[in-house]
Amino acid sequence: MSTVLVVAEVAQGSLKKATLSAVTFAKQACAALGAQFNILVLGGPGAGKAAEELRAYGAAKVLLCEDPSLTDYVAERFAPTVAEAAKGCALVCATATSFGKDLLPRVAARLDAAFAGDCSALQDQGGKLVFKRPTYAGNAYASVELSSAVAVATVRQSEFEGAATQGTPCPVESITLSAAGAAAARVEFVSISQVKSERPELGDARIIVSGGRAVKEKFFEVLEPLAAELGAAIGASRAACDAGYAPGDYQVGQTGKIVAPDLYVAVGISGAIQHIAGMKGSKTIVAINTDPEAPIFQLADYGLVMDLFTAVPALVSALKARKAAG
Amino acid sequence: MKILVAIKRVIDPDNANKIRVTSAGDSIDAKGLEWKLNPFDEYALEAALRLTEDGKAPKKREGEVVVVTLGPKEAETQLRAALATGADRAIRIEASDDQLDGRLVAKALCSVALTEKPDLILLGKQAVDGDSNFVGQALAELLDFPMATFAATINEEQGAVLVSREVDGGLCTLRLRLPALVTVDLRIVAPNSVRSLKTAPEFKYNDGVRFAPLPAIMAAKKKPLDVKTLSDVTAGAQLQSRYFKFELPPARKAGIKVPDVATLVNKLATEAKVL
Ligand SMILES: Cc1cc2nc3c(=O)[nH]c(=O)nc-3n(C[C@H](O)[C@H](O)[C@H](O)COP(=O)(O)OP(=O)(O)OC[C@H]3O[C@@H](n4cnc5c(N)ncnc54)[C@H](O)[C@@H]3O)c2cc1C
Ligand SMILES: Nc1ncnc2c1ncn2[C@@H]1O[C@H](COP(=O)(O)O)[C@@H](O)[C@H]1O
Repeated sequence: MSTVLVVAEVAQGSLKKATLSAVTFAKQACAALGAQFNILVLGGPGAGKAAEELRAYGAAKVLLCEDPSLTDYVAERFAPTVAEAAKGCALVCATATSFGKDLLPRVAARLDAAFAGDCSALQDQGGKLVFKRPTYAGNAYASVELSSAVAVATVRQSEFEGAATQGTPCPVESITLSAAGAAAARVEFVSISQVKSERPELGDARIIVSGGRAVKEKFFEVLEPLAAELGAAIGASRAACDAGYAPGDYQVGQTGKIVAPDLYVAVGISGAIQHIAGMKGSKTIVAINTDPEAPIFQLADYGLVMDLFTAVPALVSALKARKAAG
Repeated sequence: MKILVAIKRVIDPDNANKIRVTSAGDSIDAKGLEWKLNPFDEYALEAALRLTEDGKAPKKREGEVVVVTLGPKEAETQLRAALATGADRAIRIEASDDQLDGRLVAKALCSVALTEKPDLILLGKQAVDGDSNFVGQALAELLDFPMATFAATINEEQGAVLVSREVDGGLCTLRLRLPALVTVDLRIVAPNSVRSLKTAPEFKYNDGVRFAPLPAIMAAKKKPLDVKTLSDVTAGAQLQSRYFKFELPPARKAGIKVPDVATLVNKLATEAKVL
């Protein structure tokens, strides 16, 4: 039976929920190929906890490579072990987070394999996989067939709901670290600054409140109360990030995070092609903008032509009043 | 420092919503749209120039910047523009987009890098036509180079670069000993994002990329531009990805404007049922 390999993402010792989207993708691939799937967990001491957690998702086994040299993620140290585990597999996949996007192309090159990035759907064409993926900022969906022995793909988190637990837990098998090459010896991990937030992560959030250039230095002052009221994550346009109103990793768009929440509230965002590419899959879109001609209104289910500095506080009050009324 | 910058022309990204699919459905029809340099490659070039100069004397190149593209003859427009902006030499590998996938591009660039022996290779984090985000990482693996993707800042050190990368949840800083490879993200062209050892710590660049003055555009016509064939640099490797169908996304159904906040809340609760 052929095998599909899912590369799990572990950060600070815990499993990233995004991994479960790649598991869903792998299950679809298995159905088409008549294959089974394994999940590979790499990390420093303590990564076994994530492996333990992943036993419950229907894999044939969880492979665990636990080594002090894998405590901090560096592609050059991870890629050799992933490529070794991928040998003989039909497909290797991971979710297209900054981890998956960094690592899997490197793995593909190591395997001389063809690659499909940020896949939004998988189709079964007579037992052959067809990868569907957005191109041109989501303005065209391309279908691609990969003919290498192993195919490598990353998975758009917003298009594949995280897998649920199923069946009896599978075994965990420890695997050894593969020797890293010259590249690994020339890279030094210096630091990672993780911004701690009370809010849900953009990729997992059911509601997102996103601010644009117009929110200015009042970014958090204006958006935080609304996000709190809605239990929402906070996003931003590039202009807001570039101006320093919001951290860079809040950016939603073609070249930022791709999101598809139930509700996306765009506040003072014009709706440039690159921004729309990251949020047009949202179920319901609300736009608040003073310019009735702003392109965001062509996309919005509900448009409110109003000054955001009045509209947002009014919205917060209305939501509070609604809650109080039960 | 010698820097190799891989650049690609793409269909005008600001009009990407005007592309069509050919009637056969197997390729993109971009008739009437302009070609532009991939924005991330424009930023990679700007970063290369900043790394090979003293910020206050940008006319003098300290080292060499070589730009390379895989593309048809028309892509020389973008190469000449890069030469006018400050690159020293250009290489074009004759190919049309349908002859290429990321794997072949990486193999071709690998071959160029083995000949050119740059200290640093800079690329965009993604070409905004295919949105693949693949070539840089693959090239680093083929060359066994250390890499830093999605770079927000690059600071030159003695024999190394210190790179801050934009990752989920924050910034990750890596130190790469040269030769190395970096793919750049949007904020690499901010005033303090890139600094060579020559540039004073207090020096601030203008935000964004520089533009070529007219005399430089004339002078660029005389700078060297070599052309190679694809078989020169891919040793007969074949395409392994077949893009056989393109579809436009389904249109979103038109929404409405609401007159006030109360109506909005009401619609969200009763119609969209998201509250
Ligand atoms: C290579 C590349 C990649 C890019 N990637 C991304 C990306 O991933 N994500 C992204 O977002 N952008 C991206 N961009 C940038 C994009 O093209 C736009 O420049 C950006 O999205 C604009 O942000 P904005 O809507 O906040 O600002 P603007 O376009 O300036 O819009 C501000 C809006 O606020 C409105 N406004 C002003 N005052 C008020 C007020 N008081 N109340 C209410 N409304 C008000 C205005 O009418 C206007 O519509 C990219 C660009 C390039 C070149
Ligand atoms: N045809 C090409 N010629 C030169 N460089 C390219 C080409 N295609 C991709 N690249 C480089 O690789 C980067 C990533 O591209 P991609 O993996 O296609 O998203 C781009 O930003 C360019 O720097």
